[in-house]
Amino acid sequence: MNEYLKAERSVAWREELRKSMKNKDRTAITRVEMPEVDPSIRSHNYDEVNLGLTEEMAVTESHRCLDCVDPTCISGCPVEINIPKFIKNIERGEYLEAAKTLKETSALPAVCGRVCPQERQCENSCFYTQKLNKVPVAIGHLERFAADYERKSGNISIPEIASPNGKKVAVVGSGPAGLAFAGDMAKLGYDVTVFEALHELGGVLRYGIPEFRLPNDIVDVEIDGLSKMGVKFETNIIVGKTISQEDLKKAGFKGIFVGSGAGLPNFMNIPGENLIGIMSCNEYLTRVNLMGAGDPESDTPVYMGKKVAVIGGGNTAMDAVRTARRLGAERAVIVYRRSEAEMPARIEEIKHAKEEGIEFYTLHNPLRYEGDERGRVQKMLLQRMELGEPDQSGRRRPVPIEGATDWMDVDEVIVSVGVSPNPLIPQTFTGLEVTSWGTIVVNNDTMQTADDLIYAGGDIVRGGATVILAMGDGRKAAKSMHEHLSK
Amino acid sequence: MNKIISKEYLSEKVVRFEVEAPLIARSRKAGHFVIVRVGKKGERVPYTIASADTKKGTITLVVQRVGKSSEKLCSLEPGEYITDMVGPLGKATHIENFGTVVCAGGGVGVAPMLPIIEAMKNAGNRVISVLAARTKELIILEEQVRQFSDEVVIMTDDGSYGEKGLVTDGVEKVIQREKVDLCVTIGPAIMMKFVSKLTGKYNVPTVASLNTIMVDGTGMCGACRVTVDGKTKFVCIDGPEFDAHKVDFDEMLMRLKAYN
Repeated sequence: MNEYLKAERSVAWREELRKSMKNKDRTAITRVEMPEVDPSIRSHNYDEVNLGLTEEMAVTESHRCLDCVDPTCISGCPVEINIPKFIKNIERGEYLEAAKTLKETSALPAVCGRVCPQERQCENSCFYTQKLNKVPVAIGHLERFAADYERKSGNISIPEIASPNGKKVAVVGSGPAGLAFAGDMAKLGYDVTVFEALHELGGVLRYGIPEFRLPNDIVDVEIDGLSKMGVKFETNIIVGKTISQEDLKKAGFKGIFVGSGAGLPNFMNIPGENLIGIMSCNEYLTRVNLMGAGDPESDTPVYMGKKVAVIGGGNTAMDAVRTARRLGAERAVIVYRRSEAEMPARIEEIKHAKEEGIEFYTLHNPLRYEGDERGRVQKMLLQRMELGEPDQSGRRRPVPIEGATDWMDVDEVIVSVGVSPNPLIPQTFTGLEVTSWGTIVVNNDTMQTADDLIYAGGDIVRGGATVILAMGDGRKAAKSMHEHLSK
Repeated sequence: MNKIISKEYLSEKVVRFEVEAPLIARSRKAGHFVIVRVGKKGERVPYTIASADTKKGTITLVVQRVGKSSEKLCSLEPGEYITDMVGPLGKATHIENFGTVVCAGGGVGVAPMLPIIEAMKNAGNRVISVLAARTKELIILEEQVRQFSDEVVIMTDDGSYGEKGLVTDGVEKVIQREKVDLCVTIGPAIMMKFVSKLTGKYNVPTVASLNTIMVDGTGMCGACRVTVDGKTKFVCIDGPEFDAHKVDFDEMLMRLKAYN
């Protein structure tokens, strides 16, 4: 890998670009700001909030990248995108080349450019952050620019595909882990079939992440790209139910990758939680994102509360509360048991939520709910909390303040306190090792399960993580399954 | 896309469909359900599989026209396609030789009961089926039920067929007459609640097949949650069948009205 990076870095055009501007001048450039739709407008529609960089902005930002000898940013990326190479391609105006570079290692660049927590990954490993104590190069924004440019140009490149090797592999689930795996295996010449339980493809990219953060047509284009690479997709098939592990073997699949996700929502098991109007974030977001509830044409109903509380502080909680706002909530509140500093949500999501008028009730935790005579939730009792000593996660533990409780009027509550792995595969497959949490045990280096022909990755292994970590797992699994099947 | 092979009205509002679904036909067992979506704007709705023909690669669904989504489904004709169908979902019915089993089906609930009656009979049970409906025209699948039952009791609210009375009256008569080892009940939630109450009184173990609101049907959303023995369960993956005496039917009845 290092040899490859060195070789790429020493090509003539990169050398010239480096010489064309002094590092001192590069570091003097101010980081670009992502243009956004005004909060007062966007909180009433589903249009994407971030507008994307203009060509001029992207080129200026690309000049900030120093094309370092040791590009630490790459090691911060779970799929190891050749970051300096794509950014320098933007600098020299070769935007389509930049997009191709992304596709060398990422099956879903337009998705990652939108939903990756770059501030914790590549941008956190950027030379600017690490050594200069300055704001990092806007790698995520540039990634999105290159991917969007290619899509809008109509010149969508298809990665080079090895000649077919005649080996069939199956993928369970069409979310980010499965798609990344499918893309890499297709490139290696495998005959790949992806099985999806729902009627639409994309997994959490479709049912989970709202349109204002990740438009569905972006997901469509990325999946279409994989189809063009020869990946076959079958919807409405539940592996383990519609077809069994044995069926897959009989059908000649040499390897199986399980990326079935974390499709089991957690509840808090507190009194009144089954009242009408209280639901999981998965239910709420699936109704809106997958089923189009909220659109008057859709047959699927959804609650459109006026006083909505979302319990939790993760990205999904932010997605839910901002969706509630768009569906007409006059008051939309995040209720989180720790303080804002401990929130797992991306800083950008918290910022966007606040701009859209979301209230934050940090250091509060629901104790119980009460409803009206028809069983509809009316109010919830909140326990006030304070921060105590750090717990195992290193975050300060929330401790109840005795006697400090408040009632809050609500007509809809969305519970977003994490998800557990979907039990369908662990229940119906034999030969897997499963933890007491329901996650599938894998070798962390190879993603191989206890059955050497079955690999797994994403939330079914991690229990609840990010799109890019899932994709990283998919890539890793593809590499090691390929090695295994090539023996 | 699943092609409709045949369509038959069992009563004015109840339609039986035979639908092409070879993979589901092959893997389904008694008690399983499917999720169906009609049209691109359609809702995902669960229906219990009434029977399957593995040779033809078809399954049978019995659908009651009660709302927008079932209306849409019932408007489809043979040769037309159901947009999406996925399954089999849920846990299969636990079948063994219990001894004497009473199968209490109300209204359209007789359809999903049919494969259970058949499986219970094949496992060596003495099967007594109690079919109930408001009136004679709404008693469905009687002939098929008779094929696998040692005895069939018919109850109608208006006395237009069989005996006049509720399903519980029929079940109680049997329990008072002979030892019943298990009762299985499928029908409207309110009916199952009262069957459960009755059998609880006589300590007859009872299984109810619950039909709650669902979205994905695979455990992902939790719309279908019910309280069983004080704990929250998901009908789609933990059920659809539960120990009826432990089900909080009042909560279930309340939750069924979430979108009314």
